[in-house]
Amino acid sequence: MTEPLIVLDRVEKHYGAVQALAGVSAEIGAGEFFSLLGPSGCGKTTLLRAIAGFEELTGGRLTIDGRDMAHVPPNKRPTNMVFQSYAIFPHLDVGQNVGFGLRKKGLDKAEMTRAVGDALTMVGLGGYEKRASHALSGGQRQRVALARALVMKPKVLLLDEPLSALDKKLREQMQVELIRLQRQVGITFILVTHDQEEALVMSDRIAVMFDGQIAQLADPEILYRAPVNRRVASFIGMMNFLPTQVTVLPDGTAEVDVAGLGRATIPATQCAGGARAGKGAVGIRPETLTIGREGAGRVAEGTVEEVVYYGDMTYYDVLLDGAAAPVTISMRNVFGRDVLCRGARTPVRWAPEAMVLFHD
Amino acid sequence: MRRPGTLAIYAAFYLVFLYAPVILLPLFAFNDGTIIAFPLSGFTTHWFAELAQTDALIDSVVTSLIIAVVAAVLATLLGLLAARAAARTMFPLKPGIMGLIMLPLILPEIIIAVALLVVLSQLGIALASWTVILGHVLLCTPFAIAILNSAFLALDQSLEEAAQDLGTTKLETFWRVTLPLVMPGIVSSLLISFTISLDEFIIAFFLSGNEPTLPVYLWSQLRFPARIPVVMALGTLLLIASLVLLTTAEYFRRRGAARTGQDDHGGFM
Amino acid sequence: MTEAAAPSAVPAAAQLGQTRADRFARWRRGEAARGLTLVSPALIYALLLLAAPMGMIVALSFATQTYLTIDWSPSLANYHEAWIDPQESEMYRALMGRSLAISGAVTAITVLLAFPIAYFVSFHVAPRRKALWIFLITIPFWTSYLLRVFLWKVILQENGVVNSILMGAGVIDTPLDMLFSPDAIIITLAHAWAPFAILPIYVALEKIDRSLLEAARDLGENRIVTFWRVTLPLALPGVVAAALIVFIPTIGDYVTPALIGGGRVPMIANMIQAQFMVLNNRPMGAALAISAMVVVAVIAILFLLLNRRFLKVRQ
Ligand SMILES: Nc1ncnc2c1ncn2[C@@H]1O[C@H](COP(=O)(O)OP(=O)(O)OP(=O)(O)O)[C@@H](O)[C@H]1O
Ligand SMILES: [Mg+2]
Repeated sequence: MTEPLIVLDRVEKHYGAVQALAGVSAEIGAGEFFSLLGPSGCGKTTLLRAIAGFEELTGGRLTIDGRDMAHVPPNKRPTNMVFQSYAIFPHLDVGQNVGFGLRKKGLDKAEMTRAVGDALTMVGLGGYEKRASHALSGGQRQRVALARALVMKPKVLLLDEPLSALDKKLREQMQVELIRLQRQVGITFILVTHDQEEALVMSDRIAVMFDGQIAQLADPEILYRAPVNRRVASFIGMMNFLPTQVTVLPDGTAEVDVAGLGRATIPATQCAGGARAGKGAVGIRPETLTIGREGAGRVAEGTVEEVVYYGDMTYYDVLLDGAAAPVTISMRNVFGRDVLCRGARTPVRWAPEAMVLFHD
Repeated sequence: MRRPGTLAIYAAFYLVFLYAPVILLPLFAFNDGTIIAFPLSGFTTHWFAELAQTDALIDSVVTSLIIAVVAAVLATLLGLLAARAAARTMFPLKPGIMGLIMLPLILPEIIIAVALLVVLSQLGIALASWTVILGHVLLCTPFAIAILNSAFLALDQSLEEAAQDLGTTKLETFWRVTLPLVMPGIVSSLLISFTISLDEFIIAFFLSGNEPTLPVYLWSQLRFPARIPVVMALGTLLLIASLVLLTTAEYFRRRGAARTGQDDHGGFM
Repeated sequence: MTEAAAPSAVPAAAQLGQTRADRFARWRRGEAARGLTLVSPALIYALLLLAAPMGMIVALSFATQTYLTIDWSPSLANYHEAWIDPQESEMYRALMGRSLAISGAVTAITVLLAFPIAYFVSFHVAPRRKALWIFLITIPFWTSYLLRVFLWKVILQENGVVNSILMGAGVIDTPLDMLFSPDAIIITLAHAWAPFAILPIYVALEKIDRSLLEAARDLGENRIVTFWRVTLPLALPGVVAAALIVFIPTIGDYVTPALIGGGRVPMIANMIQAQFMVLNNRPMGAALAISAMVVVAVIAILFLLLNRRFLKVRQ
């Protein structure tokens, strides 16, 4: 990333006593697919609307393309937005909706018609110009909203939970399509979502937000593999947390002693916030544990307490010998692998390299 | 409440009660006799002919129409701004301010009439049509606000934001998005205000001076039995006019609703 | 200590000034300013043409008039005459009592008659036809109020519709004397305000989640108990609104007592009008107007408070 396109510098926003944004700093690059992920009420929408210019900041600085955005109204910003409700103008047809902002650009009629047509074709709605806007399905409304924003050739496209109103099938289809579109137009996309899977699938980088602050900003793989704290870890995917006593070794690695698994050394890179002596918890993703003896890593023994069958996957709760609480293990139901019953004794494979050490 | 049958019968009787006086209008308008009583004596269109020749009546109709149009436009303009403020912004003393503006809704009209009369005569202002307009705007503005407020509340705020996001200024947004979408509200506000003003008696009675409105003129005629059949003929015409107006308004409302794909339920109010 | 304080005092003051200017700038851009600007035309209009005149009426009610000159020095003479004076006040109090009694009766009758209709349209009419029914109910009220009241006179008068029918059918042989009575006024007003009672009740009934009623039935209540324990309490806000909407303006009605009462059953508005336009005692008219407003306001507030208590107990 060279010169960042958007710079957020300790951005703050409060509504009376409510602190919606409590000092958010981030740099977002040109052409990046950036996601804001977090639970309801954490300030995602507020941040997006602040970038679009609908919310005035109460502190900090926001620059886009090197320009300070304080007091720049939404209509003067190089951003365009796809609203959660899509905000399709009900009194205009599809073509008029898409051409709405072009009137200001001083294009002649032919150029405008062509731009509208191109934008509609790009989102797969070629020839829909004369369609009444109320005669559109949810997915089509979404595409019109996209075309209407993209036709403005913004530097940044802002999307507020654009897929949340669609059913699961359509949502997955639109995810792929959004990625394709973003690569095609090459501009920055900032996506707000509370769906961690959606963020992981689509983004170059993800900012996980809690309580008006960014808890972690990283690419999807690092976010998943090395979350900075337990809150982030449990918000993204599933994770087992096992209490442990920690000893720090001279080389910066941490030695842990986990009931049911035994002693292990965790690499310094897997220690969230650095290793510290005392109490801690190791986090293990269910898919990094394996039922059965084959494969790499070390082996522990345990008893199956619960089996949940999902078709492609089976989730087991296994109480390891000597542990106080069971761990969850997920196994892919590949051909030839039997599903275990409750009460079965089983070996469990694990690897210290797949563990993360937390101190919070 | 057990069987819908009982209720339906009640509803039928109730409708008879509601329509009983109105049905009499055309009956006596075409009745060939000066006495408004049964039995009826024969068919005539004489009263309608006489209607057209009564200059004072035609003058009062013109006066009323002018007053109603001006009052409706002014009330809707004031209402448009105030409803926008009420629906979309918080400002200091909002409940008190809105309460004062909406007060005429529950104030007996005679109080408004008396209060305005006192002020006007203290200031030495001669009563005329425009003093009636002053009172009618006061009376109609709350209705305009109530109608337009719900029009603004029904308007998804993100539509205006989307327009701004697409580069239009606040003023352009108002012209290109807000106004077309609240137009049905504006039309019904104009219509309701117009009707209220046209029908209002007490304020006009106190404030019209020697430019009587239609109700004030009617009032003066009701004392002369010989004039009653003509009044009936006029009432019949008014009834037809308001039916046509209402049906047209409903037609446009439905068409508007269909065009923007809204659910079509509810009616006039 | 003074040395230490001095350098910091300047920036602090400058900062204060800056934040004030800043706050003002933000306020000007902010929604409070926008709201006040938008509401100001209607507000100024209401202040000039409603608040100021009302203030004037209050002042006038404390003044006295002899022939055409008004003495503005405040006195309680008018209120004394209207409420306390043993001889004069009797007439005014009777007038006020009659106005209240008539309005109360009109309110009760209108709401009682309206409820079944609102219930019928909301619960028994197919959704598609509801708008049509509301249309049917409101049509008669788009004719001139004056004419509607006058038509009731035609219905009730000696050779009117009712007497013609009853005599034609041989039920009676001398015409009933119905006009010029409080009952005639009540019937006329109950008719005039019917839609204003039906609509709020209808809206309240429409808002009731139908699954609540099904839930009550599901829990083993019969229809009447369900109506009594679920439908009626939920519709009550509509009934309260209907009652107030009918009660408040009917107190001030002028046309009906004048036409249907024929001057023999005047109400407070007729007296106010007479004081202003016939008897030329404007201060007395103003005092009566203020008195009527206060009485109505007190009754309306008591009614609302009672209902709030009642509703709370219910919930
Ligand atoms: N106009 C407002 N006035 C007062 N508080 C507000 C306003 N808008 C947002 N908030 C508060 O600010 C906080 C952040 O809101 P925001 O809408 O940004 O959350 P979000 O992360 O988008 O949540 P969701 O996933 O539910 O959309 C919330 O606590 C919210 O209640
Ligand atoms: Mg949100």
